[in-house]
Amino acid sequence: MENNRECFLMKGNEAIAHAAVRCGCDGYFGYPITPQSEVLETLSQLKPWETTGMVVLQAESEVAAINMLYGGGASGKRVMTSSSSPGVALMQEGISYMAAVEIPAVIVNVQRGGPGLGTIQPGQADYLQATVGGGNGDYNTIVLAPASVQDMADYVDIAFQLAFKYRNPTFILSDGVIGQMMEQVYLPPFKPRRTEEEIGTECPWAANGYHLTQRKPNIFSSLEMDPKTMEQRNTRLQQKYALMSKNEQRATTFLCDDAEYLYVAFGSVSRCAEEAVVVLRNRGHKVGLLRPISLWPFPKDCLNKILPTVKEILVCEMNAGQMINDVKLSINCQRPVYHYGRTGGVVPTPDELIEAMIALIKQ
Amino acid sequence: MKEEIIISGFGGQGVLSMGKLIAYAGIADNKNVTWLPAYGAEQRGGTANVTVIVSDQKIYSPILNTCTTAILLNQPSLERFLPYIKPGGTLIYDTFGIQIPPKRDDIHIYELNAMDTAAEMRNIKVFNMLILGGLLRVRPFVKLENIKEALFKTLPKRHHDLIPINLEALKKGMEIVKEINN
Repeated sequence: MENNRECFLMKGNEAIAHAAVRCGCDGYFGYPITPQSEVLETLSQLKPWETTGMVVLQAESEVAAINMLYGGGASGKRVMTSSSSPGVALMQEGISYMAAVEIPAVIVNVQRGGPGLGTIQPGQADYLQATVGGGNGDYNTIVLAPASVQDMADYVDIAFQLAFKYRNPTFILSDGVIGQMMEQVYLPPFKPRRTEEEIGTECPWAANGYHLTQRKPNIFSSLEMDPKTMEQRNTRLQQKYALMSKNEQRATTFLCDDAEYLYVAFGSVSRCAEEAVVVLRNRGHKVGLLRPISLWPFPKDCLNKILPTVKEILVCEMNAGQMINDVKLSINCQRPVYHYGRTGGVVPTPDELIEAMIALIKQ
Repeated sequence: MKEEIIISGFGGQGVLSMGKLIAYAGIADNKNVTWLPAYGAEQRGGTANVTVIVSDQKIYSPILNTCTTAILLNQPSLERFLPYIKPGGTLIYDTFGIQIPPKRDDIHIYELNAMDTAAEMRNIKVFNMLILGGLLRVRPFVKLENIKEALFKTLPKRHHDLIPINLEALKKGMEIVKEINN
């Protein structure tokens, strides 16, 4: 397939922008913040409003941007935003509201080191915020974690498909390394934006003008004064999340068939872990890597499948230990699970991951 | 073949664009590439660095422990990245930016006086192309013709009239680079 597609050299952030236009996105609303500003910058250069008709708007704040997604998504449009950690923190209220009334949208978080304004260097410390629902109430969002510029290009369309399949906000949880790095990338083919008729047929729930069809108005409100009715709504949402959890686990494995020692890492850290696996295999150690692609739902089926040969697990993250909880829960703590993390914008090198694993093996 | 390159110098010297040209040339040669910039609050006068990997195999980590080649253009960069160079690796430096010469006898060291040569050419902006010429002479892992093609791709059309002087600088850099014997 890649033979007849042109190869580009671009940053992960630029790939996100190109992919958005190509997969028929209707609107992007965002506010600049390092290290993801190239998304809005690239979209402004591409001027998709002149070609596909896609709207690109620099909102006055992240709070405004997420509420523009609420409106756009409610009308059945494919809408997205992107930001980095402190900006995504500002969006949490809107994301909770969208989850409550089942509005599909794609939110890209190119993470930096926190907490607070933190640094502008790469981080992965928004794992828990993204996977357990950063806003109020019981809700979940599917979270996809790209590990290359190609993933950045490919996951936009997947995220939109999942968002509409489940009528739910969907995250692409990237980091400063993947956003800022340039690699060769094959961009997805152009797909037209959906017409009003198509939206009408595919999204009967959308608030897109009931006078056209004489149907009852579609109303989106997360406020419900009767607790029993609200509980019914919650029960239905939980049933949907259970279905998502069962069907949408995604992961890749690297040399796991006979692995006795297992790295679990996502995003840019999984790239360092791959290198570490190659080096340690050359030294005769049976080491493998599980790279979760979906952080929620966590790929527990995949982890349990490779578990029989595994003696010990090392979770590597650019945070103080967040995914490690999902790893332990997924296997019911049947194996010792250790953590190696760097925080605040420090990116671990492959050597650090190798040393941490060697220390484990020697124990 | 796997070349791991660190380029570091002052912001505004063309460190990132030099890395970009190498990456483009690598792709033109059907190689895999990664280009990872330090994206802090870099600006003219501050420090800037970029990590470029060119390989005919799949590139796992874009983050390096060590490098095979370093291009270091000022004293702080030299102090920081000199230990990163693998034994047997290559260091290229500019004699204007680095006045205390590096001391390592297990690597190949090359110098060129790119700043003064650029001044002689009456275009200080070709500084990075002189350095790149030096690199192509001592480590020809990407082809000159692919760098030329990369110039057409990376420079906006309105600057294409500058391509001849850039090519001249590449050639000149190849001439003035010289090996330093420790």
